Amino acid sequence: MSDPAAQKTPAVKEVLFGRANQKIFKDGLWDNNPITYQVMGICSALAVTTSVKTALVMSLGLIFVQGFSEAIIAALRNHIPARIRIIVMMSVVSAFVITLDLVLKAYFYSIWKQLTVFIGLIITNTLVVARLEGFAMHNPPWKSFLDGIGNAMGYGLALTAVSSLREVLGSGTLLGFHVLPRYFYDHGYSNNGLMLLSPGAFFVLGLLIWGHRTIAKYVEGK
Amino acid sequence: MEWVKKILQVSGAPFQKKGPLEKLYPLYEAIDTFVLTPGKVTRKAPHVRDSVDLKRMMVFVIIALIPATLMGIYNTGYQMLLAQRLAPDLWTCVSLGAGKVLPIIAVSYAVGGFWEVLFAVVRKHEINEGLLVTGLLFPLVLPPTIPLWMVAVGISFGVVMGKEVFGGTGFNVFNPALLARACVFFAYPSQMSGAKVWVAVDGYTHATPLGVVSQAAHGVDPVQALATAGYTFQNLFWGLRPGSIGETSTFACLLGLAFLLITRVANWKIVVSCVAGVFTMATIFALFNGPDQPAYFALPVYWHYVLGGFAFGAVFMATDPVSAPATRLGAWIYGFMIGVITVIVRVANPAYPEGVMLSILFMNVFASSIDYGVMMSHISSRNKRNKALSSSRTK
Repeated sequence: MSDPAAQKTPAVKEVLFGRANQKIFKDGLWDNNPITYQVMGICSALAVTTSVKTALVMSLGLIFVQGFSEAIIAALRNHIPARIRIIVMMSVVSAFVITLDLVLKAYFYSIWKQLTVFIGLIITNTLVVARLEGFAMHNPPWKSFLDGIGNAMGYGLALTAVSSLREVLGSGTLLGFHVLPRYFYDHGYSNNGLMLLSPGAFFVLGLLIWGHRTIAKYVEGK
Repeated sequence: MEWVKKILQVSGAPFQKKGPLEKLYPLYEAIDTFVLTPGKVTRKAPHVRDSVDLKRMMVFVIIALIPATLMGIYNTGYQMLLAQRLAPDLWTCVSLGAGKVLPIIAVSYAVGGFWEVLFAVVRKHEINEGLLVTGLLFPLVLPPTIPLWMVAVGISFGVVMGKEVFGGTGFNVFNPALLARACVFFAYPSQMSGAKVWVAVDGYTHATPLGVVSQAAHGVDPVQALATAGYTFQNLFWGLRPGSIGETSTFACLLGLAFLLITRVANWKIVVSCVAGVFTMATIFALFNGPDQPAYFALPVYWHYVLGGFAFGAVFMATDPVSAPATRLGAWIYGFMIGVITVIVRVANPAYPEGVMLSILFMNVFASSIDYGVMMSHISSRNKRNKALSSSRTK
């Protein structure tokens, strides 16, 4: 999982935003996108993508949680006993999730009321543990932080794409605004109810993975 | 026939390798092999000695669908005239029905054909006659009032997600036509179910026989309820009732079945076991019938065969050789379970008055597992037999 460039002992002193670090960040966005390439965090990608708003809040939450928990685990990586590492990871992740939940509750109460269930779900997101275990346990904090926000943003990109399609086709709105003209509905158009059901999310997600892998020319198992 | 050959050869030249239209070779190949049997011979075993290849088989299915299609066209017009209280004479019925049904079939073929050709060209495989069957099966399981753009959405979904993503004809897990229907059914429920969509007259509401039975009050005799709504057994058997275009006439389906069985395209075991499954499950429900149960429980078994899309589904959908099991015992299990689940959905689930589509799709998923189980049990029983034989020999 870990990036080969990152494992090499650097001959020259690493720059904070050097090429290697940039690559770590960018990897999660496209080449190693958590949703379409690693196929991680699919449960939440199905659950929160009926509307763009929930998908965006979920992604922002994940960026926060993922970035900081990877940094902290990376800082502790040489002191965590291997046997209990998952428990340590979970407690760090939960701490950030609870912080996020409380901040939202204090300052954005109406959004919190809608999304508290999904925020709690971040803990169960497979992407979080996968990156902690695969990257943060072998890399220094700054790189891990970049990897965390890179992957979470890649996740956010995929979620935004899926949720935009589902919201436009399923409810005819985007971020709650009506985007399909009245004209369509007057002439027999109607919203696609399948898009609002979870099978619809599977189909959209499958098509997204198909598209990404066709463009990236990636074939599994070769 | 020589002149046909000549025309094909001459017009085929630009499609050959390094010709200007090389990319469109699948199109040419489809027409070529549709008209004449190709001269190509397989190099390795198995050598096919029968003239019935995939193309002829698919054409047989289309021939078998002709009665159901004609009956569907006639019945669509008949129901329209009946709804407007006009005299239903044959030609008015046919022309009215054709005006409704033919556009749906045309859209289904055109859009489905577009996807099929696109994938054939990009993936460089042959265009398959499977499309001709899918493109006709799908319109026949739609209500006659369906908007044409929904037909396009449905068939696109069926061909692309139901067939091409798995690798094309022969690889699909589900019956593509049925998957297309499921897509439209869940995406646009108000155009696919209820009492308004089955007769192509605006604003005319008339419950289908399935609707009548599933909405009958507890304790009411369902046959009585059907009779009050104007449905008799003869009615349902010949197909003069509102419903999906091709599914209404059990008689037309039986004609199709006879043809499919004579040509051995359909597996009779699946059809027989479907019927047996419905019989078993409906009898079990009848045993548990009481005053508190929905009216569906009291429906005599033989009514289940003429209601909804059972006949059409069992004859044309369940017997699809790709999505059904290939082993003999597997075919029995598969058909039986389709019958059982159909009745369970009809009787026990008030949300869905009809269960044929869902039960066939559900059993499609298990078809390969059933085959696997049957083969494994064959292998282990043969191993046992061989062991017994060899041990008796050593004695």
